[in-house]
Amino acid sequence: EFSVDGLSRVLMHILYFTSSASMINQYKFEEEEEDADTKDIFVTVDNPESHVTAIETYITYRVETKTTRSEFDSSEFEVRRRYQDFLWLKGRLEEAHPTLIVHPLPEKFVMKGMVERFNEDFIETRRSALHKFLNKIAEHPIFSSSEDFKIFLTAGSGELTSHKKQGPGFLSRMGETVKAVAAAVRGVRSRPQEFTDMQEYVEAFSQKISSIDKVTQRIVREQKEYLEELKECGPTYALWSQSEEELAEPLKNVAGCVDKCCKETDEQVKHLNDHLIPVLHEYVLCADTLKAVLRRRDNIQADFEAKTEALATKKADRDAMRDELDKTEDRLEWANNALKSDWTRWQKGMRTDLRSAFIDTAERNVSYYEKCLAVWESFLQSQRTDAEGNGNVDFS
Amino acid sequence: CSKSNFLLKKMEISVAEAEKRTGKNAVNMQETYTVYLIETRPVDAASEGTNPVPDSLWRRYSEFEQLRNYLLVTYPFLVVPPLPEKRAEFVWHKLSADNMDPDFVERRRVGLENFLLRVASHPDLSTDKIFYSFLTEENGWKETVFETGFQAKADSRLKALNATFRVKNPDKRFAEMKHYGDELQSVISQLLRVRARAADRLYGVYKVHGNYGRVFSEWSAIEKEMGDGLQSAGHHMDAYAASVDDILEEEEHYADQLKEYLFYADALRAVCRKHELTQYELEMAAQDLTSKKQQREELATGTIRTFSLKGMTSKLFGQETPEQREAKLKMLETQIEEGEELVKERNGECEEFVKSAWVDIERFKEQKDHDLREALISYAIMQISMCKKGIQVWNNAKECFSKM
Repeated sequence: EFSVDGLSRVLMHILYFTSSASMINQYKFEEEEEDADTKDIFVTVDNPESHVTAIETYITYRVETKTTRSEFDSSEFEVRRRYQDFLWLKGRLEEAHPTLIVHPLPEKFVMKGMVERFNEDFIETRRSALHKFLNKIAEHPIFSSSEDFKIFLTAGSGELTSHKKQGPGFLSRMGETVKAVAAAVRGVRSRPQEFTDMQEYVEAFSQKISSIDKVTQRIVREQKEYLEELKECGPTYALWSQSEEELAEPLKNVAGCVDKCCKETDEQVKHLNDHLIPVLHEYVLCADTLKAVLRRRDNIQADFEAKTEALATKKADRDAMRDELDKTEDRLEWANNALKSDWTRWQKGMRTDLRSAFIDTAERNVSYYEKCLAVWESFLQSQRTDAEGNGNVDFS
Repeated sequence: CSKSNFLLKKMEISVAEAEKRTGKNAVNMQETYTVYLIETRPVDAASEGTNPVPDSLWRRYSEFEQLRNYLLVTYPFLVVPPLPEKRAEFVWHKLSADNMDPDFVERRRVGLENFLLRVASHPDLSTDKIFYSFLTEENGWKETVFETGFQAKADSRLKALNATFRVKNPDKRFAEMKHYGDELQSVISQLLRVRARAADRLYGVYKVHGNYGRVFSEWSAIEKEMGDGLQSAGHHMDAYAASVDDILEEEEHYADQLKEYLFYADALRAVCRKHELTQYELEMAAQDLTSKKQQREELATGTIRTFSLKGMTSKLFGQETPEQREAKLKMLETQIEEGEELVKERNGECEEFVKSAWVDIERFKEQKDHDLREALISYAIMQISMCKKGIQVWNNAKECFSKM
């Protein structure tokens, strides 16, 4: 059964890999603008639950999908998945498209501070990251049509387990890994400038985004320490008010104001922690993903270069080798074009994500100061009304 | 201090400048110290529009101390205004604890001016001649003040205030005031400590944002579309980081206002303590008189009502002769007369002290309530200003981020 949007997706697949980079980008931009208005798949990750078995305890998350896409048998799906399943999906997508950029998953373990795997904050941070991960996949023109993705979203746990068992066997995967290592050791001879530029960019970006992540974490630490000290101010003013008569009221008032500002500071720190830091962290991981993608591309090129050399020197098996070389050449061209397109896509996404995270943070900071401002202005107001009543304070 | 300006009605007083000097000190060693320029000008002159050059003289901190010590012993029933602190206390890390630091010197200059203005607007202190000559007589003031013999009185005063003694019938009002002084001192110390630590932390928060400025700038160099937005946002982060210096400098002024009342609490306690001492001396004199009267009675009637070693020894070793007894009685009579005079005198002193002290304590209470309320209001105004700056910076940053 053919459908219009299913066909258009197939055509896009073909064009994606055969057209020149610029044409692809133009095509993709149009496609993406359409996608913005006609988003036809919505994925949610929520409702973490703990499962206890004889061997282990683990968390599953509810993954809900609502879609109008025809390749899906129904319009709504609800499944439960655990972290391992997400890892599997990521692995499959990377295998199928080694030079496309897969959004990072949250880390397997959190090493600092002995955070328990089942700590509430950790689970929530992970849930949020998994949600982002799936949505990034769903937004991606190639990944979202992946069969593995579809199965991930729709299959019952038994079906998923058996599907996982399919695919290239262990030995074949080993073979690929060996080849990749060999290629890496060989290195690339003549890398096109644009990929060298990309690598330089990724190195620099990685440093900068890591710095920003560290700076933000330091700000959170300093804010928390500030809050600890500020928390003692209010009670001190309150204690003082107990020894005073005339001054008791303004002192109690000030104590109240300081306590309110403490609450606001607490909320503001929480917001930084829950909103800005996870996004920065994602892009720190992205930098690593980009490095890996560039490495894989280099390996494919190294492989091609090695085979070209081999063909030049070998006398026997030339036909077979030439076939192999042609395939490898196709593979290289495919990989390069894919990377170029996805690179532009990724940059745009990065800009959007980071811009909105920074804007959100700036807005939150404005709101924090506005709230504190209101607290102190109401104090002034109360003193003015008192003064007007007593007629003794000059506000000029 | 708008009610009664007294000396201030006739004379404008200010501590206009501070300067470093080097010279040989008492043990002939080279030292560096700061002197402060006291300027005085008759009030009328300014209003006439002639604006003559003010009279001025230089004084160092130790001379201010001498003046204050003189005032303390001369007017023990008054809450004498305090000097700004001798050494920087309750310091947060960036603020220098060094007495030579220009910011410390500047704050001290302001504190010394405040001290002079407080004294000059006090109904009693402002009329003091030594104070007047401190303001007007550059040379010779030291000799003049020494001639009053205040130094010896200051030493004995200090000794007496630190001695432990028990009053039989403590005046409730003064006991409560002393207790209040203790509490005020304790709570303001705590507040200053907590505030200094919070200031230290706040400094850290703001300054770390400066790192955003640096990294955004570096990052903008590798980006095309995002570059301008990042770069300009970075500038605002630098501005944010820099803004904390002014904020905390203003807050230091608030801390100084609190410190003044921390030291005022000490002055208040000194008055209460002095009252206790006065009361105690009265009680001692009265007790002495009573015992002398009792001795006279015993001698006159021959009965021993109270145990005395003399009484026992005379019982053991024989009675005195009538002549000896007469002599003794006569001596006792004289002593009793003197004693009664003393009690009368001390009673009068005590009453005077209580009257004068209580007037000044009431005056002080009003001044304290007014000043501290003003201080709290100015603190709120400072917080508001800080919030407004924050709103501005982050709105600017937001605009820059939007251009990314």
